[in-house]
Amino acid sequence: MSTVIAPSWRRVRPGTVVTGALAWAAALVLFFPVLWMFVTGFKQEAQASTDPPTWLFTPTLEQFQAILGRNFTPYLLNSLMATVGSTVLVILLATPAAYALSLAPVARWKDALFFFISTRMMPPVAIILPLYIIANNIGMLDNITMLSLIYTVMNLPIAVWMIRSFLLELPKEVLEAARVDGAGFGTEIRRIILPMIAPGLAATALICFIFAWNEFFFAVSMTATNAPTVPVFLTGFVTSEGLFLARLSAAATMAALPVILAGWVAQKWLVRGLSLGAVK
Amino acid sequence: MTTETLDAAPSATRTRRRPEPPRRTAAERWRRRGPLLPALALTILLTQVPLLGTVYYSLRARNLLRPETDEFVGLANYGTVLGDEYFRTAVLNTLVLTASTVVLAMALGIALAVLLDKKFLGRGVVRTLLITPFLVMPAAAALLWKHAMFNPLFGMLNWALSVVGIGKVDWVSQFPMPALVLMLTWQWTPFMMLIVLAGLQSQSTEILEAAKVDGAGPWDTFRRITLPHLRRFIELAILLGSIFIVQTFDPIFLITQGGPGQATTNLPFAIYQTTFRAFEVGEAAAAGVIVVIGTIVIAAFALRVISSLFQEES
Repeated sequence: MSTVIAPSWRRVRPGTVVTGALAWAAALVLFFPVLWMFVTGFKQEAQASTDPPTWLFTPTLEQFQAILGRNFTPYLLNSLMATVGSTVLVILLATPAAYALSLAPVARWKDALFFFISTRMMPPVAIILPLYIIANNIGMLDNITMLSLIYTVMNLPIAVWMIRSFLLELPKEVLEAARVDGAGFGTEIRRIILPMIAPGLAATALICFIFAWNEFFFAVSMTATNAPTVPVFLTGFVTSEGLFLARLSAAATMAALPVILAGWVAQKWLVRGLSLGAVK
Repeated sequence: MTTETLDAAPSATRTRRRPEPPRRTAAERWRRRGPLLPALALTILLTQVPLLGTVYYSLRARNLLRPETDEFVGLANYGTVLGDEYFRTAVLNTLVLTASTVVLAMALGIALAVLLDKKFLGRGVVRTLLITPFLVMPAAAALLWKHAMFNPLFGMLNWALSVVGIGKVDWVSQFPMPALVLMLTWQWTPFMMLIVLAGLQSQSTEILEAAKVDGAGPWDTFRRITLPHLRRFIELAILLGSIFIVQTFDPIFLITQGGPGQATTNLPFAIYQTTFRAFEVGEAAAAGVIVVIGTIVIAAFALRVISSLFQEES
């Protein structure tokens, strides 16, 4: 799907050149804000806010150092804990659930599948208040475990649907061969199914990582001083005095880079995750 | 016992065709449910229980700043919310923001997907660049657009427009809604593009070849064969996109704070404000329930499309 097909230059038609030129132009326009963020992070503040824009300059790491000096690390660690914690939990919960909805289906597996997907469609604003009050009452407000659990539930539908689609793609012959060999239930799962869907699990984990890392609404509503994540750090740039564009760009680059890289790696499976497994 | 479980794979295909699932003992049924239960329990605990909580609060008059007042008021909060100018404006803004973004992102997404479906030099790189706006952390993207793109003095948008002779515009205060739509369209175009592209690539090449042999031009082929085939993919992308774009919060919170005035206050932002700034629990909850009802209407269509794609697959 994402393979680059090298054109054979003997048969290049003018149409191909026009298509290529249009596509490249569109890509550069849409990618420009990201590129500009990346470039501006390496500027001095005075170079970042000029009219016309400054294109050539000597790159500096000053802004990145300043961000790290501004206590960025705790936010980064919170984000890492919430993201990695929830992603591990999602995979641990979703894999057996997907199994029970595909290879060894429960009676009303279809209802269960659509129940999961409908929870992903529920607007977060509709449940934030009770979650806030419950968390407050059990002392889990501003708590990274609570945030991880919320992200787990947020990503479970995507993970269940994705992993299920990978399980259904397993060749039937392999599963049957294992049965003939007399492999036990546990052995079948551990030795045959899990290794075969491992790439699918990795893809699912990457997709869940993307959504959890980028999440803002729950983070800004449910955390304050103990558990704020990277997006919450960025709110410090909503209103700032004086010149701060270079510093903002450096912070935004550091905040966004992990997911950009994860998304590039997982792009083959991105559409499956975005469409909740409905499109491959 | 083991063999029963291992029979699972073929029975998966069997149950799909027959409406009646095979009869199983109660123990066997619970053993099958076992792997599903932890995920199901956690999901119910953190989504359905809070949702019931929201419904409960929506029927009560309660303000967190005045804990002594907490009484059952029936549907009074719904009346207040529906009659309130603030919430009515928020509903309207939500509709404008969502519809404009979905339409623009879908139009662009289709155009880009059609380009990406062709062969050209560096197609993989172009695809990678095009999906990136969707990957950038929305909070970072919002601030970036606010300060680096929309800034009236040295924003890149004004710089680009100065080439065609348009003067300095203060996007966020003069044109707050178009500015948000522009930013959200940039963010959601890759989403639409990827789903449409998957649809294009699932077309049977034989039919396209046959059309060519029959002398159909590229535009006729696109309109009569490709578009009907794409219909469900486009529907799915529009419905899922709508569900997610209705929930837009990050750029409102970070770029406009719902303003100027209420020009960009959408429902999620209005509910956030009512909950965490005014602490009007009852009204916020009633507005939340109204959003859920609206979402259920769109989601019902979305689930039908997913279900039809799903049926085709099995």
